Amino acid sequence: MRVALLVTCLVDAFYPGVGQSTVRVLERLGVSVDFPERQTCCGQPAFNSGFHDEARIVAAGLLDAFAESECVVSPSGSCVAMVRHYLPKLFAGTPRETDARALADRTYELCEFLVRRLGVVDVGARFPARVVYHASCHGWRGLGLREEPLLLLRHVQGLELVDLPYMEDCCGFGGTFAVKFAPLSAAMGRAKEAHAAATGAQVLTGTDMSCLMHLDGTMRRQGSPMRVMHIAEILDQTVDGAEALGVAAASEEVAV
Amino acid sequence: MSATAAADRTNVYQRAAQALRNTRLGEAVRRTTDKFRFARHRAVAGLDDFEALREHARSIRAHTISHLDYYLAQLAGHVEAAGGHVFFAQTAEDAVEYVLEVARRHNVRTVVKSKSMISEEVELNPRLAASGIEAIETDLGEYIVQLGNDRPSHLIAPSLHKSREEVAELFSQLAGEKLSADTPTLTRFARAKLREAFLEADMGITGCNFAVAETGTICLVTNEGNGRMVTSLPRVQVTLMGMERLVPTLEDLDIMLQLLPRSATGQKLSVYTSLITGPRRAGEADGPEELHLVIVDNGRSKLLGTPYQEALHCIRCSACQNVCPVYRHIGGHAYGWVYGGPIGAVITPLLRDVADWGELAQASSLCGACAEVCPVKIPLHDMLIGLRKDTQAVRAASWEERLLFRLWTKVMASPKGFRRALAAARMLQAPLVRAGRWRWAPPPLSQWIAERELPAVASRSFRDWWRERAASSTGTKAAGVRPAAKAHTTPRGGSRP
Repeated sequence: MRVALLVTCLVDAFYPGVGQSTVRVLERLGVSVDFPERQTCCGQPAFNSGFHDEARIVAAGLLDAFAESECVVSPSGSCVAMVRHYLPKLFAGTPRETDARALADRTYELCEFLVRRLGVVDVGARFPARVVYHASCHGWRGLGLREEPLLLLRHVQGLELVDLPYMEDCCGFGGTFAVKFAPLSAAMGRAKEAHAAATGAQVLTGTDMSCLMHLDGTMRRQGSPMRVMHIAEILDQTVDGAEALGVAAASEEVAV
Repeated sequence: MSATAAADRTNVYQRAAQALRNTRLGEAVRRTTDKFRFARHRAVAGLDDFEALREHARSIRAHTISHLDYYLAQLAGHVEAAGGHVFFAQTAEDAVEYVLEVARRHNVRTVVKSKSMISEEVELNPRLAASGIEAIETDLGEYIVQLGNDRPSHLIAPSLHKSREEVAELFSQLAGEKLSADTPTLTRFARAKLREAFLEADMGITGCNFAVAETGTICLVTNEGNGRMVTSLPRVQVTLMGMERLVPTLEDLDIMLQLLPRSATGQKLSVYTSLITGPRRAGEADGPEELHLVIVDNGRSKLLGTPYQEALHCIRCSACQNVCPVYRHIGGHAYGWVYGGPIGAVITPLLRDVADWGELAQASSLCGACAEVCPVKIPLHDMLIGLRKDTQAVRAASWEERLLFRLWTKVMASPKGFRRALAAARMLQAPLVRAGRWRWAPPPLSQWIAERELPAVASRSFRDWWRERAASSTGTKAAGVRPAAKAHTTPRGGSRP
């Protein structure tokens, strides 16, 4: 199987490790990965802010980038929701409407792809730590991504998955909302942090680096000991990988 | 009382920040909305096929609103046939004038009211007061709001922003003695006070949960029985309804009544569901001698035939408010008019003016929780995106935002632009970032770092890594051959510049 990676601009620029993990997890499962370098951004920041002409210019680049790809996979529920639900609307009535619809039909979020398309729930990862999962809104509601990430996490060796109270409540990121309503966005982030902290988890994970960037930034500022990791990074962990991460409990268990 | 945000010059950003600083407010709002949303969740889970019911309700609403003129005419005909009077009010002013005229004709001195958001919308109470008519709110929450010279902050629990202690304080002032803050004491006091008002009032004013076109029936849903008192004791009844609040048949009403209480409070049925058809008939024991139905447009017909027509499907259950993370942090007043939460952010600009009120559409993280719980499936978060676009057509975004998106478009339009921007960002951030932490950042990033850390742009982007990897594998790029994860020593390498 061959897939094209939609890495997302955020991961590309700020979190290349998440992109690398995504590639490694897919390759470990025998999927061959391509990265069309024409891609930049799905256009969501402008689209959600009401700048639809600007969004169309940028998203057209995405249509070009993946024109030849049979199947597109992305480590972001939010960007996939943009591609699947909003690009067809954004290009409706333009010459590229068909391209947008076609891309919408063949683009998958990573967990969705692994579980629904590949039929894999155990990716052979090992990560001995107590983990909470935050359901990002655009994955949870936008894509209906419910069981897929949880199934993958439950099959990670040594991982103890604990329930996050108010799991599906928004973390407060919200794109430009995070700066337009900065105090409110930050307060929502702290509420999420408090719910996560109450579980005693060592790691908070999710499917979207945007939300996780906001939560990681909130936790660092609050001095929280909790680590924030994208689910691809957890699925990428093997015995050696967990050691490299240096999560407290993990290192206790695997240290030699 | 009439201090809506049209008069005060604050914007929603300021009001939200101010509400956020009031931690007691946030706690009170979250406590009550939590109660509602979890009860709703249980109630909905208890239904065999909630989704089918929802879809049924949506189709009823869609059919009704797309044939609104037909059903309104039918409703008016049946109300009149039952002996009632019907008035179509184009504007808030028309509605208020009509009510005042009826009051004058009957020499009304005291009015009892059951909860009505539309009467808040047309600002009826201050106008009654100005005409020397005493209006007393009889819904406990509304009563509290009225005593505090406050405004409702929630569709069904108007005083949910007030703590029990604040209520005890208000009641104590009125009683002239210190009342304890326990629920029985407070409700007993309100009950005694309101009972006097019911017996004294010349006119009862109600809202309308649904009107039934085929019978001319007004349906009121309450938990306190005050709606029943308001419509049975006074001589004259005036019911105000938004022009969209009707269903074609009693059968349709049955569907809506399965959804409304469940979505609102998680109840299978509200304690009182009153169906009122016409004034008192010969031989009947109670009911008003005269009944008036005021059907209010006040901007609603502007939505017909637009992409926002579905906003008229709303049945005012408050489920979207109860799950909205923004509403739960700032409450309803911060939205600036009578309707708060996601539905308020959508209909306020539409009913009033997009140029002045369009900024409300920004007060959302677009999490979609609202649309997920809406019993009639209004795509609220999509409407918020649409409103953000429409607002710009009538009132340009700030020059900073326009500049930012012009730059963003240049950067993102091509991989070359993106690469250059990354290189520039690395140079610019170098003096500003220490140990992965921004010490200073220009706006709008300054807003981000005020209460959070911000990662630095990675020294090596993903696309750099991809190129290097492709170069080093020199044609032996076979899947699964690479040693797993060993090279992965900086899992969040991006946070280190």
